[in-house]
Amino acid sequence: MKEVKKQGGLNAEIQSRIGHQLRAMYDDVVRQGVPDRFAELIKKLDGPEAAAQVVGDTDKNNGGD
Amino acid sequence: MPLTNQLRDDILASVPSLRAFAISLSGNGDRADDLVQETLLRAIANIDSFQPGSNLPAWLFTILRNLFRSDYRKRRREVEDAEGNYAKTLKTQPAQNAHLEFEEFRLALDKLPQDQREALILVGASGFSYEDAAAICGCAVGTIKSRVNRARSKLSALLYVDGADDFGPDNTVRAVIGGNS
Repeated sequence: MKEVKKQGGLNAEIQSRIGHQLRAMYDDVVRQGVPDRFAELIKKLDGPEAAAQVVGDTDKNNGGD
Repeated sequence: MPLTNQLRDDILASVPSLRAFAISLSGNGDRADDLVQETLLRAIANIDSFQPGSNLPAWLFTILRNLFRSDYRKRRREVEDAEGNYAKTLKTQPAQNAHLEFEEFRLALDKLPQDQREALILVGASGFSYEDAAAICGCAVGTIKSRVNRARSKLSALLYVDGADDFGPDNTVRAVIGGNS
């Protein structure tokens, strides 16, 4: 009754290749680690208020361009 | 919860995968880093709404994804310059052949509808469960599954158009070069 289109071995091979390429692309960036700018940013924000302040400033700047 | 040192460390530990997600979404390294920065600022500004013990990476990815979405709508036209920019973000340039294959993959990924692309990346590269990916995208688990499936079949159609009979590394590259863009 159920007509299932059989997924052949090659299809599986293609899928595994796609998965591999996707992870290779992604992991290449992950391996770059944490850029200094982000480490410094997190360090200098001592709480939500400080972050909200910067977000507010950014929004204002973005309004212009 | 308050911004403890532990929480700072945990947020920082998510930065590499946040960047990878942002680059996969935007195809542009500079823009991706702006997205990550904005995500970190918003996360810390709203840290009180983070539930201790819940999934921090999923929470951060949700913020980034929503920022990307609203940003994307604003700057739709700029997206087209994604081509080639991705390679510049890499520290180690892949060897020539691998590089070509990589670029073709990147271009094929860019051709997917945004819903499908983000679902595929979250599940296939970031390693989130279907449930987490659904929470991040604000949709049903079944929707995520079907997006991932559609993304996979579309990618295989784009990259491996010649089908099963012709499948092989050389044909892969040839099909893509002579391909139907």
